[in-house]
Amino acid sequence: MYAQMIKSEATQDDPEKLAAFQVRIDAGDKIEPKDWMPEGYRKTLIRQIGQHAHSEIVGQLPEGNWITRAPTLERKAILLAKVQDEAGHGLYLYCAAETLGVTRDELTEMLLDGRMKYSSIFNYPTLTWADMGAVGWLVDGAAIMNQVPLQRTSFGPYSRAMIRICKEESFHQRQGYDIMMKMANGTEAQKRMAQDALNRMWFPSLMMFGPSDAESVHSEQSMSWKIKMNGNDELRQKFVDQTVPQAEFLGLTVPDPDLKWNETKGGYDFTGPDWDEFFDVLRGNGPCNKERLAARNKAWDDGAWVRDGLMAHAEKKRAAKLAAE
Amino acid sequence: MSTADPYFDFLCRMGDNTLILGHRVSEWCGHSPVLEEDIALANIALDLIGQTQMWLGLAAEVEGKGRTADDLAMLRDVWDFRSALIVEQPNGDFGQTLMRQFLFDTWHLLMLQGLTKSCEPRVAEIAAKAVKEVMYHVERSGDTVIGLGDGTEESHTKIQAALDLMWPYVGELFTPDAVDEAMLAAGIAPDLTEMRKTFEAQVSAVMAEATLTIPDSRFAHKGGKSGFQHTEHLGHLLTNMQWLQRAYPGANW
Ligand SMILES: [Fe+2]
Ligand SMILES: [Fe+2]
Ligand SMILES: [Fe+2]
Repeated sequence: MYAQMIKSEATQDDPEKLAAFQVRIDAGDKIEPKDWMPEGYRKTLIRQIGQHAHSEIVGQLPEGNWITRAPTLERKAILLAKVQDEAGHGLYLYCAAETLGVTRDELTEMLLDGRMKYSSIFNYPTLTWADMGAVGWLVDGAAIMNQVPLQRTSFGPYSRAMIRICKEESFHQRQGYDIMMKMANGTEAQKRMAQDALNRMWFPSLMMFGPSDAESVHSEQSMSWKIKMNGNDELRQKFVDQTVPQAEFLGLTVPDPDLKWNETKGGYDFTGPDWDEFFDVLRGNGPCNKERLAARNKAWDDGAWVRDGLMAHAEKKRAAKLAAE
Repeated sequence: MSTADPYFDFLCRMGDNTLILGHRVSEWCGHSPVLEEDIALANIALDLIGQTQMWLGLAAEVEGKGRTADDLAMLRDVWDFRSALIVEQPNGDFGQTLMRQFLFDTWHLLMLQGLTKSCEPRVAEIAAKAVKEVMYHVERSGDTVIGLGDGTEESHTKIQAALDLMWPYVGELFTPDAVDEAMLAAGIAPDLTEMRKTFEAQVSAVMAEATLTIPDSRFAHKGGKSGFQHTEHLGHLLTNMQWLQRAYPGANW
């Protein structure tokens, strides 16, 4: 998922107000920006929605890496449209976060100087065209697992953003799978690319759900506030159960020798990802962390004169209009 | 390959312009100055790629050798491309990209408006679809040029430099050659000399509002639309764009 390891903030509000707030949440009310909310709820949401927005934005880069090399005009158009959707998701989410009293520019600055994170998955490279398939299939697929339940999250603007986003994400996943089908049924080289993409992306995709709930100390408060809807392990299991048959249908091998159907639990037993690697990636040591952040910083710095110029012009026009009135 | 059929050449010019410019614009994806620009540029690139499919699709049909739009896009070498030199210019800074876009868009809209009256119904049909998209492109790029020209001192300097850089690539779009003359005579495409007058009036109006000065020179580079002499940039662009089709011939993607 695009928001990993979100710390929930302790809250020191009036216990009566807190209790009344919890009653609203439990009753399935939507909390709107003007409503009273605990400080911890607000701060946790800013962190979570912000991280989610940053993931959409940084997530443009690994796929953007192949736009200019897409093999056909149609594939190029589909990929462009997908990456454009992701930018749009970023925009909705920043808007949702702004209703909580933080600006998009503030959030951006925090991403650029490393105070805020984005999903670990986008620190992995896209090396062949099959990766465009694998990203849609696995990464968008994992994102959906988390985002579908978040449509019912308690915070109104976040919930509405998720409803819009989910429609597009399931489309992305189907498009990704379609690329994988073409590759898996293609030439020997294409099959090799498809298998290689799965080999590299499998465990990083499992990491998207975050560490095991047993180690996750922040989940409980977020769950009771309905900011987090499901446990990490539960979603990871669901993802594996959904994805393994899809891999089989493609004729690809999931890179986990211990993967096995477990009749009793009605799901697969599987090997978890290497959490040391996950924490390394979070600390900035993933294969592409430096490039991703450098690219975003460069875009921001190089674009400063453009933003300033356009703002100055808008200001002049406003002043001229005022003077004319 | 210099084809004997000016109609095929003309269709390649339309499709190659949108292909190459669409490719250039798509290079910005994820790197724009602001999120709204990322979305808008992707949108423009998408429109241009869609138009490419229509123009090159028709070109391939007219040629009648069993090639497809993708074959034309992915398997021709530099000398067979018929795009104008302006569209293969590198993105440079955002100002250069936007100035290239505005000058091209203004030409493009006039061309498409003329083509909607083409005596070739297929051409008129494609133009009618594209013209709606391009009206939006020119409005947007024009507004941005104005905003940057009449923004800060820095943005003014940068966008003026972009105009100085791009201006010598305008003339080629309007200088008629044998293909253009054949298209005009056949009633397929509009008169470039007439178009230039409207272009100048429109561009002058935008530049005046943008407080920018159009260079006092009619010097024009040429060689793109004829395919005689592209810039060095096009080969690198094709190396990138055509990589998969060249490296894995015959694969289905
Ligand atoms: Fe997204
Ligand atoms: Fe996504
Ligand atoms: Fe997506």
